[in-house]
Amino acid sequence: MKRLPRSFLLNSLMVMLFLYLPVVILIGLSFNASSMGVAWKGFTFQWYEKLWMDQSILDATVNSVIIAGVSTGLSLILGVGTAIGLEKSQGMAMPWVNMVMVLPLVIPEILLGVALLMVFVLCQIPLGFGSIIIGHMVFNLPLTVVIVRARLRKLDPAWEDAARDLGATSWDVLTRITLPLLRPAIWGAALLGFSVSLDDFVVTFFVGGPGSTTLPLKVFSMIKSGITPEINALSAVMVVVSMFCVGLSWLFQQRSATAASESSSL
Amino acid sequence: MTTRLSTSFPFPVKLSLLLAGIFLGLFFLVPLALVFGVSLASRGTYGGIAWIATWENYQRVLDPLVGTIFLRSILFAGITTLVCAVAGFPLAYCMARASRQWQLILLTLVMIPFWTNFLVRTYAWVLIFRADGILNTVLIWLGFQEEPLALLFTDVSVFVGLVYGYLPFMILPLVVAIERISPQLEEAAFDLYASMSAMFRHVVLPLSKPGFIAGGVLVFIPSLGAFITPYLLGGGQKMMLGTLIQQEFLVSRDWPFGSALSFGLMGTVLLLWFLLGRTSYGKDAS
Repeated sequence: MKRLPRSFLLNSLMVMLFLYLPVVILIGLSFNASSMGVAWKGFTFQWYEKLWMDQSILDATVNSVIIAGVSTGLSLILGVGTAIGLEKSQGMAMPWVNMVMVLPLVIPEILLGVALLMVFVLCQIPLGFGSIIIGHMVFNLPLTVVIVRARLRKLDPAWEDAARDLGATSWDVLTRITLPLLRPAIWGAALLGFSVSLDDFVVTFFVGGPGSTTLPLKVFSMIKSGITPEINALSAVMVVVSMFCVGLSWLFQQRSATAASESSSL
Repeated sequence: MTTRLSTSFPFPVKLSLLLAGIFLGLFFLVPLALVFGVSLASRGTYGGIAWIATWENYQRVLDPLVGTIFLRSILFAGITTLVCAVAGFPLAYCMARASRQWQLILLTLVMIPFWTNFLVRTYAWVLIFRADGILNTVLIWLGFQEEPLALLFTDVSVFVGLVYGYLPFMILPLVVAIERISPQLEEAAFDLYASMSAMFRHVVLPLSKPGFIAGGVLVFIPSLGAFITPYLLGGGQKMMLGTLIQQEFLVSRDWPFGSALSFGLMGTVLLLWFLLGRTSYGKDAS
């Protein structure tokens, strides 16, 4: 089928430009020597150097990595088992269980933010690292479950059946068949979850407290106090980091798909 | 193929099911229920919650000033959804009909901005729309404009930001839906002397409906509750539901009223799902 209307191709090109131009402009401006306005005053790395010297930005980076690491790690520990349990118990998995599992991913984030804020304040849970990690897990856990379940659905049940026929216990099947086959999906979910948590603004904004400022919160407060070239540099770094994480996650999931087709053709 | 449903799970699987259930119950379902509960309470003297039942918060949602913001948010989200559908369809069609290799490349290209930081992407538009931003600089340089235009903090800047933020949500389900349409159907239409536009009108567009519905929901819901976009690109004048809720919670500290607004948002979202769920089931059956 090679009969794509020309106007469609033109439109597609424009949509792609629309998607990428702002990001390209942002990255371009981060190398602009001019500290005011957008006129090009020569190439410089000085804004990046300034970022490097700024202790509050380094602190925010460390906070972000800790929060993303812990919330992703805990989500993986709970999520992989949950995905296996839900997928293998189709009989009793009622539709509402599935709905509760995806609902955190599809309701407006601000709802999650205000709802969690009220629970934390009313239960007198201090706002800080703990509350942010819990908040991120509310979307990170369902994300892990969705990705791992998608992979489980593609696994050939013959592998597990064969192991059981050969006398493997359910523990052996889990650790020696299911988990190794799931490994690419688990890595994919980990990277995606890490990146989503690293990027989250809305939930963090509501449930964060003093001393637990993450990078997105830092960017936000910098934007509020006036636009500077450092923000462009910091934004550019964040764009590149999340692109890297997502690209890697994409690669893992792609590999998991090819592995699945190979294993089923054996 | 007989899968044994009676398979007993190893202990860790049972434990994680249990813990995940408790976790989401405590930190997802209970908080949402709390929003509803607080929306029926009164505001305390110093901004806390006084547990006195009242409908007052919901009456205030219907107040003309607040009602306007509510309706405007629905209108903005609706127009955003429409623009995304119109702008996204041709690209989605090209992606669905491209070769495997091209499809993967295009899919990756659409996904990348989708996963880059939303705040940063919205901020990029501030750089473009600012008085001394890219767009004004270019317009003045080209001689179209003497003075910089006020582009930031307008309806247009909010729209552009929303469309930019949520366009991939529309494109991806559309690609899935269009891929399911057999190219033979299109060829059959051409064999019957349909023009290109007639073919699209009578074959591809009607059959892409599930994609439009799924994409529409995925764009409409976050647009309705958007907070970053109206905050950064709309400023204080162009309030939307998201910015109003934030203000009630963090600035005015009127939690009961903020909860009523939040529950209104959630109700709208759930109602939309319910309605679409019914129509799409009806469509599948026919």
